[in-house]
Amino acid sequence: MTAEVVILGGGVGGTIVANLVAKKSSGRAHVTVVDTTGIHVYQPGFLYVAVGKEQPSALRRAETSLLRDDVSLVVDRALRVDTVARRVQLESGRTLPYDQLLLATGSRTVMDEVQGAKDAHDFYTMDGAVRLFEALEGFEGGTIVIGVAGIPYKCPPAPVEFVFLLDDYLRARGIREKSQIKLLSPLNRAFTIEATSKLVQPILAERGIELTGFFNVETVDPVAKTVSSLEGETMDYDLLVLVPPHRGQKVIEDSALGDERGWVPVDKNTLKHTKFENIWAIGDTTNIPISKSGSVAHYEASVAADAIMASVKGEAPPKHVYDGKVMCFLETGQGQATTIQFDYDHPPVSPTPARRWHWAKALFNKTYWHTVPQGRLP
Amino acid sequence: MSTLQIDKTVDARGMACPGPLMNLIGAIRQGQIGQVFEVLSSDEGSKTDIPAWVAKAKHELVEVNQDNGCAHFIVRKAR
Repeated sequence: MTAEVVILGGGVGGTIVANLVAKKSSGRAHVTVVDTTGIHVYQPGFLYVAVGKEQPSALRRAETSLLRDDVSLVVDRALRVDTVARRVQLESGRTLPYDQLLLATGSRTVMDEVQGAKDAHDFYTMDGAVRLFEALEGFEGGTIVIGVAGIPYKCPPAPVEFVFLLDDYLRARGIREKSQIKLLSPLNRAFTIEATSKLVQPILAERGIELTGFFNVETVDPVAKTVSSLEGETMDYDLLVLVPPHRGQKVIEDSALGDERGWVPVDKNTLKHTKFENIWAIGDTTNIPISKSGSVAHYEASVAADAIMASVKGEAPPKHVYDGKVMCFLETGQGQATTIQFDYDHPPVSPTPARRWHWAKALFNKTYWHTVPQGRLP
Repeated sequence: MSTLQIDKTVDARGMACPGPLMNLIGAIRQGQIGQVFEVLSSDEGSKTDIPAWVAKAKHELVEVNQDNGCAHFIVRKAR
């Protein structure tokens, strides 16, 4: 009998698992990916769209072009998962039965949870990045404030990368002298990782980027143009860029598959749901205490694919488990970058920023389409 | 041991990123004034980060206990 493997979400994680399960199943499983748009979006590129270094069209591909021919794609919205009847209710009225279910629905941004922040800029959605670049093109000097309005958020180094790229952008336009860049960090350092913060803080100072620690954005007053923190401080801005609060997708919340913010509880090694034998989750979707990033989804995908295949075949769970591996790049501006690599047992390390890491990131961004979704890069 | 009633426990043992403090901040953001939060952390940095943030944000650090390499921080949301 052919097992039905249903994957909710055609992002990086869902796409890799779909391809790997279909490849390894030898006809024992039929894989269906459910995606709301059918368009695969390379989200790490938003940062570059926001400063005019990338075109939105370069970050989108049809999901079908990334999936194997034997994987079915359903372009529809999953509304609810019935864990008793083992089926997924779709917006069109259709239902999909499953034997194994992978939740790879990612996260969504909810700027409206921040009082007064409706018109604040962000680079966490394509629309936000495009609108931010338009605003920057019209900016002629003043104070640009970059803050974090919710934890956890995708790609913890992204606000630091953004301020470096913004510094480059303002210098290239010849208006850096008339501008102030202020980075508000939720912690008392540039971002979560201490070793990397120590490396980038002197570079922030050297570029004249002001860092304010322990400033967790709580409210915005768009008339007075001020932003206030959970810690009780207030700061003026001319242009405000916020990392919006994130939460899990509505289908997770409506199906009671996650916690109060919609993050799915899974075992941090096996990625199996803590309550359901035949449900797995990867990437931003989970509540694992690790970065929400494409890198995590990528490294988790092969583990989830092997676990799902073992379950389909009725075999013991594989020894191959997720070890918390994360590897990402961090742009430090002026054509340089560093990397951050760690796992559950090894603390993060970052090399001195260099041009080669900037080029490695650029190369990865371009070759992504031909390597990662297909599961060709381990 | 504490006899306080804990409203929410944040088990951040083994966490490297985003870190125990970030989870505490998230929990406090969602919580009500007067609620008591417990954070379990095996991260050395938490010993300085958590008390520093609690002081800056004007909440109350009620207790800190050590137990087998794990620190327990008990924090009351004060405002």
